[in-house]
Amino acid sequence: MNGFWEAWRLIFTFDPNLYEIIFLSLQVTVSAVIIASAIGLPLGAWLAVNRFKLRRYVIAVLNALMGLPPVVVGLFVYMLLSRAGPLGGFGLLFSPTAMIIAQVIIITPLIASISHQTIRDLWAEYHDLLISMNATRAQRIMALLWDGKRALLTATLAGFGRAIGEVGAIMIVGGNIEHATRVLTTAIALETGKGNFAFAMGLGLVLITLAVVVNLLIHIIGKTERASTW
Amino acid sequence: MVSILPLTLENATAHMRGKKLVGPLSLMLAPKGFTMVIGPNGAGKTTLLRLMHGLQRCSGGSVRWAVPEAHARNRQAFVFQSPIMMRRSVADSLAYPLRLRGMSRAAAHKKVAACAESFGLADLLENWAPMLSGGEKQKLSLARALITKPDILFLDEPCASLDGRATREIETILQQVQARGTRLVMSSHNMGQVRRMAQDVIFMLHGKVREHSDVEPFFSAPSTPEAKAFINGDIVE
Repeated sequence: MNGFWEAWRLIFTFDPNLYEIIFLSLQVTVSAVIIASAIGLPLGAWLAVNRFKLRRYVIAVLNALMGLPPVVVGLFVYMLLSRAGPLGGFGLLFSPTAMIIAQVIIITPLIASISHQTIRDLWAEYHDLLISMNATRAQRIMALLWDGKRALLTATLAGFGRAIGEVGAIMIVGGNIEHATRVLTTAIALETGKGNFAFAMGLGLVLITLAVVVNLLIHIIGKTERASTW
Repeated sequence: MVSILPLTLENATAHMRGKKLVGPLSLMLAPKGFTMVIGPNGAGKTTLLRLMHGLQRCSGGSVRWAVPEAHARNRQAFVFQSPIMMRRSVADSLAYPLRLRGMSRAAAHKKVAACAESFGLADLLENWAPMLSGGEKQKLSLARALITKPDILFLDEPCASLDGRATREIETILQQVQARGTRLVMSSHNMGQVRRMAQDVIFMLHGKVREHSDVEPFFSAPSTPEAKAFINGDIVE
């Protein structure tokens, strides 16, 4: 149990190394969620309001990409960013930016797919009204995103949940370098590998607490229950 | 500003998945007046309104306004049988059509306040639109449709699920709107309402216009046996 208590001691004594890991975890995940939402939410809405020939297939592929294996994404981003890769010149491998890129690739299909389903239902409700008001395509998408924002929070939070708990891809592209790319999940993997199960468990509790607190905060700020009709 | 009316339908037809919904329809709506569309369920009343408004694609013939289609689109509005409530406050719902036309938020909300006052919605501005009662929702739909001062307003059985008092309120608003010069086209099953409100009547059956005449001669001397039967409350097939 010593390691477990050690983990809590580190939390309550504001251990700089632990808080560096926590802040980096949040920095990487929140950045990835913001970027993935900026891509995924409009993409989901666009797919909901547009009819085109391959639409059904695009949606099927998008849904399939929700289950993208993180290690494969990690490998793909690694090859992309490694010295010999097409983007090797930017020197991004083993940096937080590389971890953000990997997470964006993993969670964008998830956010786009959930938002597509949400917006599709809202579009069925709003279709006649927005067409009647002669709203342009962009205005329709904006209205749907705005009015569906509370439901879309779920899509964003699902993305956050997947990203904050992700380990495979960011281990590959981040390298779990101390004071540089070590985040909660990779630290847990490392401590587990070293046999420090209790400390790893303590870090796991921090990770879960973090996820719950962020979810709660977003629900409170977003007033998600305000629009209930019962 | 030049009116977008008259509206002319020439052999207009509408199909859905290969099945003919209405047509061929030929009629003209003059710049002024209150036209009511009547007929049994499935006669094509809603489809006719949607066809005129552009919600239903014309699969044959033509639907022509006095101005180019692009100009006409922004100067008409539609009130649906089941009010479509946006998930926002009453104030933001009313402001939405104005914001779509590029009006600033401040200017739009100034106009919203005046509009809400005239529609008896002033006390509800901060309320969540989907939470309103049926009558309030329909009043909001009407106010939202009229806030841009359209040349023509289409109404698809707006009083269908309302009680007498709410119906009376809607009718009073419509009479005021018509007096201000807005062209009204409305479908209804309520013959009393048709007698009270209409200037001319379109009687539809099986997707075709069977009769289009002024209200008085329509009720006193209908020219088709189906119209006569319908007025008498008989089942028309």
